[in-house]
Amino acid sequence: MSGTSKATIQFSFDGVALTAVEGQSIGAALIAAGHRSWRTTRINGAPRGIFCGIGICFDCLVTVNGRPSRRACLIDVQPGDVVVTQEGAGHADLAG
Amino acid sequence: MPTSPAENALPDSGFDQDFFDVAVLGAGPAGLAAAGSAAAAGARVALVDAGKRTGGQYWRHRHGDDGKHHTGWSTYQSLEQAIERRAERIEHLAGHSVWQVETLPGPMFRVNMTTGDGERVILARTVIVATGAYDRQLPFPGWTVPGVFTAGAAQALLKGQGVLAGSRIVVAGTGVFLLAVAAGLAEGGAEVVGVFEAGGAPTSFARHPVALARNLTKLGEGAHYTRILARHRIPYRTHTAVVRARGAESLTGVVTAKLDRDWRVIDGSEQEIDCDTLAVGYGFTPQLELAVQLGCSTRLDFDGSLVAVVDADQLSSSPGVYVAGEATGVGGAALCVVEGEIAGRSAAAATGHAPTDGRTAGRLRRTRTARHQFATALLEAFPVRPGWMDWPDEDTIVCRCEEVTVGEITEAITELGAGDPRAVKLYSRPGMGLCQGRVCGYAISCLVADRAGHTPTVADLQGVAGRPIAQPITLGQLARAHHRSIE
Repeated sequence: MSGTSKATIQFSFDGVALTAVEGQSIGAALIAAGHRSWRTTRINGAPRGIFCGIGICFDCLVTVNGRPSRRACLIDVQPGDVVVTQEGAGHADLAG
Repeated sequence: MPTSPAENALPDSGFDQDFFDVAVLGAGPAGLAAAGSAAAAGARVALVDAGKRTGGQYWRHRHGDDGKHHTGWSTYQSLEQAIERRAERIEHLAGHSVWQVETLPGPMFRVNMTTGDGERVILARTVIVATGAYDRQLPFPGWTVPGVFTAGAAQALLKGQGVLAGSRIVVAGTGVFLLAVAAGLAEGGAEVVGVFEAGGAPTSFARHPVALARNLTKLGEGAHYTRILARHRIPYRTHTAVVRARGAESLTGVVTAKLDRDWRVIDGSEQEIDCDTLAVGYGFTPQLELAVQLGCSTRLDFDGSLVAVVDADQLSSSPGVYVAGEATGVGGAALCVVEGEIAGRSAAAATGHAPTDGRTAGRLRRTRTARHQFATALLEAFPVRPGWMDWPDEDTIVCRCEEVTVGEITEAITELGAGDPRAVKLYSRPGMGLCQGRVCGYAISCLVADRAGHTPTVADLQGVAGRPIAQPITLGQLARAHHRSIE
């Protein structure tokens, strides 16, 4: 079982095509692709990525297929996922 | 209470798909053992966990994992097999996050869960809280820079995802867990620049020779990690901490410093180290909100953590509620397993499924005592000392969610007169964000207590441990749960 190569999945992050291993979390796939952050905070606009890695801290929030505030460390990459950097609460579309 | 006939048809049979003798919350070492032993005694069990696979954080693994990089993997396999043998009596609710457990008359417990988009509700006559623990953090300048991970995150990425958190990694904090993390990262191919232990050397628990003698296996595990560190020529420095992380968009390096006995920085001992990743952790915080929701009495453990009080049967102060594993005190997987086994047997017995092997009960209790002594020796060997409160600057963020700084917390205390963590929370919002104080709760308690001239009390920690809704849910889910409870 282990050691055999698993299927790869295509997804995108901020418009750039990336691959993930089947069953990998979005956060892990982004880290593996060399990314460190995919969110800016509501108040200071500071970059954040994975901190706790187990769903406790909510630092790794990201927008997936138009839905903001998904925990990147918990949800698996699905084929064709469109992942984009989340700015603040990710609801800029509701403003004005 | 339910009024329609269908909803009233609750406890008379064990075959209602939503009714169980025992609801085990958490499928880590304690929960797995609890579910297996309760089902072996004849109880019908729900095993609930937010993760896709069993094993919890300790045995976090990938599909098809051969267990090569896991400690105690054969124990995990035998616990899994015990569950498979009783599959007809155990329902594993994977990917289910418990956001609330209600106590109904009886007592009877209603477990409200979210599955992300969906929801599920079950009823159980007893509950076993086996919710584990997560890395405890202390704030220092730069700890919010991407590239700073908890030690557990670096471990989870490696074990659960097959991904290295970075390429040039510093490991820092306190406790023997750092050795396991550093060894795993080095074996996984990372360059581990060094392990920085804020306390003394792990051998300092040799002051407890009895506990040591009874737990040689666990000691062997420590020796195993030490050998890996030696093979990779990874320096291990005691009385040293990472007191600053550098970088803006991502981590570029850290500053280490030598510490005195109380963990205050020794002037002039600072050193710059280039790295792209820091894995940091200062022991563990038990995940206690469900136990608190259920009204369980709590106490301060040797490591300053809030933990649930249990009796010899792992029964809490709340009737029908058992607690096992790290939620009763951080003690490692081996202790969790035996506590889980005892809790599972006790809960089964309480629902009329008494285990028949009286001799096993005595053996389990003796094993628990021995493992508990060892756990206590370890906690006493790696205390967090108050000098860490000198590491942050005024503008260092303490609450990562609401971006509240040390200065704002100090202001709430000195200018606004906040006297305890709850008041500080209300004035300046630390702990009011999405993580609900899980990450910063300990640090806030320490800072508030320190300004008042004492160390955190049970009441201080309770002020940051209560979470009436344990997981984010939609308003629709909340409304439906409210509707159920007034039916």
